Amino acid sequence: MPARPLSPHLSIYRFAYTMALSIAHRITGVALAAGLLVLAAWLLSAAAGAQSYAATVAVLSGWCFKVLLVGWLLAFLYHFANGIRHLFWDAGIGLEKAQARRSAAVVVVAVALVLAVCLYVLFGASGGAV
Amino acid sequence: MSLRTPMGRVLGSGPARGGAVHHWWVQRLTSIALVPLTIWLLLALLSLPLADHAAVTHWIAGDWNALWLTLTILVMAWHSSLGVQVVIEDYVHGAALKTASLLLSQFAHWLTAAAAVYAVLHIAFRGV
Repeated sequence: MPARPLSPHLSIYRFAYTMALSIAHRITGVALAAGLLVLAAWLLSAAAGAQSYAATVAVLSGWCFKVLLVGWLLAFLYHFANGIRHLFWDAGIGLEKAQARRSAAVVVVAVALVLAVCLYVLFGASGGAV
Repeated sequence: MSLRTPMGRVLGSGPARGGAVHHWWVQRLTSIALVPLTIWLLLALLSLPLADHAAVTHWIAGDWNALWLTLTILVMAWHSSLGVQVVIEDYVHGAALKTASLLLSQFAHWLTAAAAVYAVLHIAFRGV
């Protein structure tokens, strides 16, 4: 530890659920950075022809990748909704504690609803798109 | 004994090392741009028959889609590289490891973006 005063950190503050949303924004952001690799691989395999595309789709539609893709969908929806919350803060709106708690709830509910609709479109309706 | 003032010695040695305002601004600029771009991409992906190679490449090469897809990839990579940069600066300690991680992240981001854009342009202009 450096011999200088340090600002109080996580171990000092009482836990508030807005903290969980804050760290989730970073975690989902890093996860989406990894998702860029999959997007690039998907596009490259499409450019390489029907055969390599079929091989890529076979890998991506395996249950392991299906779980990951749903995870990336959740990460995207969360990062998107909470990112808009951040943009409001940047504009100086909603910075009071009570407002931040309310907007946190709005983000969680909105993400759950849109995720449910996306999952229905992907897996529910008439066999689904994938 | 130095001729530099105490202020002159510490200026620019903080974690931001200059460029912090530009970083902040571009992070916001790209996030605002990504609101419509990622909604467009998500709706397209949800409505495409993703297992059908002909349908997917037809969509990628379609009117305007290649343009918007290229833009979306570039803005996503830019936004992502700025975000991962902050995470590395915060959690990776030690100058050498931190610098190496930052370099690796930047190279990986732009290689990924270039590869994805190359694939889109290949499909759009040369066919598959």
